[in-house]
Amino acid sequence: MNAFSGVMATIAMVLAIVISATAGDVLTASAMRQIGDLDIIRERSGLGGAATAVVTNSRFGLGVLCLALSFFSLLFAFSHRDLSLIGPAATSLTFIGNAVAAKIFLHENVDHRRWTAAIFVCVGVALLAF
Amino acid sequence: MSFRRYLVLAIVTLTASCGDTFLARGMKTLPPVSLHHPLELIHAIFSPWVAAGIVLLIGFFASYLTALSFADLTYVLPATSLGYVIMTILAHWWLHEHVSPWRWLGVLCITAGVGFVTRGPAYTNTREPEPVAAEPAAAKLANPQEVSR
Repeated sequence: MNAFSGVMATIAMVLAIVISATAGDVLTASAMRQIGDLDIIRERSGLGGAATAVVTNSRFGLGVLCLALSFFSLLFAFSHRDLSLIGPAATSLTFIGNAVAAKIFLHENVDHRRWTAAIFVCVGVALLAF
Repeated sequence: MSFRRYLVLAIVTLTASCGDTFLARGMKTLPPVSLHHPLELIHAIFSPWVAAGIVLLIGFFASYLTALSFADLTYVLPATSLGYVIMTILAHWWLHEHVSPWRWLGVLCITAGVGFVTRGPAYTNTREPEPVAAEPAAAKLANPQEVSR
């Protein structure tokens, strides 16, 4: 494998993790928003009731599927590249992907404060690789 | 936010960072997985470090879902990124690893990001006010005589 195809393979691995992780995070967050506060549900119908409410939600199922895909992509990437490269790259890009996706799909109030936080954390995680 | 909710965010932080470290440690003890043999990933699950990492990540997922039920995704993710700071500090003081000035700068950036997001509101209320409950009161105000009859 030459240097160029090595870089392209790394980018493909990171993108696979970022896209599947963002889709999984947004779908599970959307499911939890639909279900409501778990503390209140647990008070009303116990731990079993709260677990049933989560597990029977279709968005949650789809989200878990995407997160499982992200997990196996991460395992695959760890077996080929260093944790110090894959971990910070995938995590920092997932922060930005989640901020964009949460604004578009979840209609969250991603104000200046949250954008600043996402960018600071993204840069900070990237710097941890050095 | 209550102390209990901050505790949930702390559990998310600790289990995520420890779980990822265990997974990485486990995968390094195994031979590289080929694209032609993806089922080798299933065998990896039964290695002790990977299995311990998965148990921690299940704990992470349960606390993460609880956090998402009372706070926004764009609040929970930066707020729980303190795990990277904890890992770096542990690596320096406990494992005596060399932490470069760039990494300390990264720690500062993450801490600043967490500081920014936790000073703001945790939840965006996107639900419309319920019209059914508001209707009788509105009708009473619009036509008080009809309602009193």
